[in-house]
Amino acid sequence: MSAGLEVRGLNKAFGGLTVSKNITLDLRPGDRKALIGPNGAGKTTFANLITGIDRPTSGEIRLDGRDLRPLSAARRVRAGVAKTFQITTLFKRLTVRENLRLAVLERERRGLRMFARADGDPAVEHEVAALLDQFGLLRHADAPVESLAYGQQRLIELALTLALRPRILILDEPAAGVPSSESHLIVEAIERLPSDLAVLIIEHDMKLVFQVARSIIVLVAGAILTEGTPSQIAADPRVRELYLGAAHG
Amino acid sequence: MSSSASDVAPRRPLLAGRGLLWEAVILAVGVGLFFLFPYDLGFLSRILIMIVFVLSLDLVLGYAGVATLGQAAMYGTGAYAAGLIAIHVTASPLLGLAAGAVAGAGIAFVSGLVLMRAHGLTLLMLSIAVAQVLQEVANKARPLTGGADGLRGIRMDPILGLWEFDFIGRAGYWYVLTVLILVLLFLKVVVNSPLGLSARGIQESPERMRAIGTPVYWRLVWIYTIAGGIAGVAGALAAQVTALVSLEVFNFDHSAEALIMLVLGGAGRLYGAVVGVAIFMLVEHVAAAVDPFNWLFLIGALVLAVVFFVPAGLLGLPKALTGLVRR
Repeated sequence: MSAGLEVRGLNKAFGGLTVSKNITLDLRPGDRKALIGPNGAGKTTFANLITGIDRPTSGEIRLDGRDLRPLSAARRVRAGVAKTFQITTLFKRLTVRENLRLAVLERERRGLRMFARADGDPAVEHEVAALLDQFGLLRHADAPVESLAYGQQRLIELALTLALRPRILILDEPAAGVPSSESHLIVEAIERLPSDLAVLIIEHDMKLVFQVARSIIVLVAGAILTEGTPSQIAADPRVRELYLGAAHG
Repeated sequence: MSSSASDVAPRRPLLAGRGLLWEAVILAVGVGLFFLFPYDLGFLSRILIMIVFVLSLDLVLGYAGVATLGQAAMYGTGAYAAGLIAIHVTASPLLGLAAGAVAGAGIAFVSGLVLMRAHGLTLLMLSIAVAQVLQEVANKARPLTGGADGLRGIRMDPILGLWEFDFIGRAGYWYVLTVLILVLLFLKVVVNSPLGLSARGIQESPERMRAIGTPVYWRLVWIYTIAGGIAGVAGALAAQVTALVSLEVFNFDHSAEALIMLVLGGAGRLYGAVVGVAIFMLVEHVAAAVDPFNWLFLIGALVLAVVFFVPAGLLGLPKALTGLVRR
């Protein structure tokens, strides 16, 4: 048994269409890996297989040696696998603080308590305040999420997921929809993630990928084409072809 | 922890003093009405019972965001449970009330196992169906429930052995008012608890709730069960105060009116239920006396106006008006 996420020979077919082919990869504590590939390469499907939204046709998914396949999506979160949403999905009419408080309380499995105040535990409030501080959100703490700029909502998306104290964090296009003037906020937030966290970034934005990833996996038509350091990937003629071709097409 | 993160409030009491203003106002109004309208206590008791009922719907719809049209299922079950207990087991009002709560919660749990898997229109239809099925069961179980004749012969002991239910309904009124205040305090604690926060989270985004590890379905079943218990209390109160339970307790109108009252007052706020019921029933009372044939028109116009101009309900009116002036 070894620490981290192990994926072995993962396949997924929708009817006759195979969208994941024999995917094998490891995600160890401290990893900063990126999963890239053209549209329709099966990146989102792969993330859904890991988080339990979809079930694999065959193959293994293990977290610290424990088989994740029988677990529902909610149980996998509690086991330590969390993912941010590509399209921001927050509790819009709740304040930023309430959003994070809710995540912390659910992580602590206190969501069923009805004879205690939700804001009544100093330890929870301290943790929420620390998260707000880490992501530079203290100033907006008591504003409804829907009133904030999109870039800030992406940060809340990240903070909310981090509040779950995951061991495997999947970032699904963390900078999607963020104006380039604000994307440095996202990069900085990713760089400040706990160093023992295993992070997998699914991203289109190559600039962001090369800034934060230490290893890059290229997915094409559901299968892994290659894996390597950013400089290896940048030099790989097949990848250049793929992206230049896509750029020209 | 960083220094800026340490300025959080110390542990707060369950019910903060200043936050009890509304409850105090409702209690004062309740007491005042007793002395102002000593000959309308029956009607006033009905209003208070309806508030308890609509509060139960508020927990499901206003907080968890689950729209149902079958809240009468739990109300009716609570009413029959309280009535049957009074006739066959004990005439103690408080035990009857407890029976109503347990029966309402029980039926909510069982039906919730199915209902909370459904969404939208399917859920509306299924929730109506549950109440209709129960009504038919009560109709067929004639030896037990009296069928269409209703459950008769309910006699209650004095409340706590001290206050006899009287013909004018004085004791009944105090009894109902006390229970209403207790239900309000209970719900106030619940909606401010982690459970209440998770209910609002489910209303905002069930998908995200799942992504933070919440078993959304079971959470909803639990919330529906609590609300069912409160609806059961409302039904039990009605059975005890009027000493009669008829098949009408399961009527569709009953669920639908509760929904309209809640929307009128403002869903997702406990006092919205209070204001909505009070205004609806007052308008109904007065308008029906003035024009027994067309009074529904007035209610319809009122609801339309609120939905169009103050979607947050009448409780949102002050805010909407100040917003208008500032603009």
